[in-house]
Amino acid sequence: MVQEISTRDAYGLKLVELGRKNPRIVVLDADLSKSTMTHHFAREFPERFFDCGIAEANMVSIAAGLASSGKIPFASTFAVFLPGRCFDQVRMSIAQPGLNVKLVTTHSGISVGEDGISHQAIEDLSLACALPGFNVVVPADGVETASAIEVAAETEGPFYVRLGRPKVPVIFPPDYRFKLGRAVTMRQGGDATIIAIGILVKAAMDAADELQKQRIHCTVLNMSTLTPVDEEAIVSAADKTGAIVTAEEHLLHGGLGSIVAQVVARHRPVPMEFVALHEYAMSGKPDELLKRYGLTAADIQSAVLKVLERKSKLKQGS
Amino acid sequence: MVTSGSNITPSIRKPLSFDDMRDLARKIRRDIITMIGIAGSGHPGGSLSAVEILVALYFRIMKYDPANPRWEDRDRFILSKGHAAPVLYATLCAAGYLPEEELCTLRKIDSRLQGHPECTRTPGVEMSAGALGQGLSFGVGVALNGRLDARDYYTYVLLGDGECDEGQVWEAAMAGAHWKLDHLIAIVDKNGLQIDGWTKDVMNIDPLDEKFRSFNWHVLQAQGNDIEDMVNALENARRMQGKPTVIIAHTVKGKGVSFMENNPDFHGKAPSAEELKKALKELE
Repeated sequence: MVQEISTRDAYGLKLVELGRKNPRIVVLDADLSKSTMTHHFAREFPERFFDCGIAEANMVSIAAGLASSGKIPFASTFAVFLPGRCFDQVRMSIAQPGLNVKLVTTHSGISVGEDGISHQAIEDLSLACALPGFNVVVPADGVETASAIEVAAETEGPFYVRLGRPKVPVIFPPDYRFKLGRAVTMRQGGDATIIAIGILVKAAMDAADELQKQRIHCTVLNMSTLTPVDEEAIVSAADKTGAIVTAEEHLLHGGLGSIVAQVVARHRPVPMEFVALHEYAMSGKPDELLKRYGLTAADIQSAVLKVLERKSKLKQGS
Repeated sequence: MVTSGSNITPSIRKPLSFDDMRDLARKIRRDIITMIGIAGSGHPGGSLSAVEILVALYFRIMKYDPANPRWEDRDRFILSKGHAAPVLYATLCAAGYLPEEELCTLRKIDSRLQGHPECTRTPGVEMSAGALGQGLSFGVGVALNGRLDARDYYTYVLLGDGECDEGQVWEAAMAGAHWKLDHLIAIVDKNGLQIDGWTKDVMNIDPLDEKFRSFNWHVLQAQGNDIEDMVNALENARRMQGKPTVIIAHTVKGKGVSFMENNPDFHGKAPSAEELKKALKELE
C-alpha cells in the first residue's frame, strides 16, 4: 500500500515543529487556516499566529512589516489569491526589498477539482517566477514539502512555495533532504528526459516505467526549484538524451516549460515537448480533470514518443 | 547626536524650540524645492504639505539613532505616500542620516535617493514605497513585532488623503483596531488634493474622521502645518491606550510656495529655473 499525504498536511505539521525550535517564526493566514493547515500552528502558538480575515493584500504587507523587524513570517492562503490578488504588495513590499517572507499557498492547479476555475490556480507560478530574487519551489510530495519548508525557514530571502489540496503518494524516502536550486534525478535513461514538478513528478515516473517496457529509457528530473533553476541539470540532460519533455499542472506560459526552454535554447538546443495547460478547465473530480486536460502519465508517454520522433528526424537530417 | 550602545536609549539632541523648528521647516522646504528643481522631476506639492508633520516627529517626538539606523528600540516612521520622498530625504538629512550634499543627487543614476523611497538603499527609510495603500498594513506588522518582543517603540505611518481611496488602507485600519495596536499612530496628510483634482470631486473620502472612528480608532484632528498643534496631537496620541490613533492633519498642498499652494499641477511637476528662484525667495 502506497503511503499518501497531502502536501498541505505536511506543511501544517512542519510549521508546528519549526515553531517549537524558532521563536522568530510567525504565521499569517487569511481565513483559510483549516484548509491551509496553519491551524495546527495557531493552536500551539496563538500569540504568533495572525488571522488577517479575508484580506490577502493586507496579510502580505503585514508579513512584510514583520519580516523587516526580524521575524520569519509564513503567510498562507489559496494559490488563486496569492500572488494573484496581492501581486502589487508582493512585488513592492517583499520582492523589491528582498524581505524574508515565506509565501506558502495551497489548493494549486486543477487538482483542486470541483470548486471550478475561479479556484484553480494555473497562473501563479508565472507570476511568482516573474519576481527577481524570489525562490519558487514546487514540492512533489509530503516528504519533500516538509524538507523544503525547513529550508525556506533557514534561508534568508523571499520564497513562494506551491502546495496542493489532494492526498498524493509519497515518492521520497523519509530521510530525503530538499536542496534549493538542485534538480533530483528520479529515473535514469539515455533516450529522453522528462522534467516535471508537483504531482506530475509521480506521473512522469509512471510514464518512464511504462516506456521502459517498450525499451525506451527516460531520465526523470524533479525540478522542484523553479527559480533559481538548476541550469546545469537541464543542460546535462539535454546533452545526454537530446530530447526533453516538461510536465506541469500549470499554464504553459511562464511556468516550468518556459523556464526549461529558455535554458535549452541558450545552451543546448534539442527538441522539446510540453505537457501543460493551455486554457481554463472546469469543475470535476481531480482525476477526471487531469485526464481531460492532458496531464496524465499517458499524456507524458505520448509527448515522449513525439519528441523522440523529432529527435530521430533531426539525426536523419544531419 | 550621541550614539547608543545596544541597550541604551540614545540621548536625542536637545529638543528644538518651536521657533527653531519653524526655521528648520523653512529650510526643509528650500531643500525640497531645490532637490526637485535640480532633479527636473518629482513631487513638490505633497512633500511641502507634510513638512511640519515630519519636523514634529523627528525633532520632538521620535527616538532614533542615525548612527545605528536599525537600532531595535527606535521609533519607526513609515512614509506610505512614497511620492513625498523629498520631504523624507530632507528631514533624514537634517536628522543626521544623510550628508547635505547628497540631496542634489535625488533621482540621479546610482544615487541612494531614489525617486520613491527604497529601504535597501537609504539609511533611515523603513519601507520601500511608491505604490499607494500599503504602508498602514506594513505598519501593523511592525507594531505587532513590537508587541511580540515587548518593545516600547511607536510606529508612525504617514498616509495621503487621496491614498485613502485604496481599499487596503481600510483592511489595515480594521486589523490595527482588531489587534488593539495602541503603539500604531497613523497621520493623514489631508491636503484635499489628488492628481486629478480635489479629493471631494475625484473620490470623496469624507467624513474621514467618522470612518476611522467607526473602524474603532482614536481620532484626533490637527492643523498639520502648525508645528505646535502637530506636536500636541502626537503627544496626545501616544497617551492613548487600547486602540490605535489617527491624526487627521489638515494641511495645504504646496504649502509655503504661493504658486504651488492648492495647485494640483504641482503634484508631480518640478519647478522651472525661474519658478525655483521665485520659490526660494518666498522661503527665505
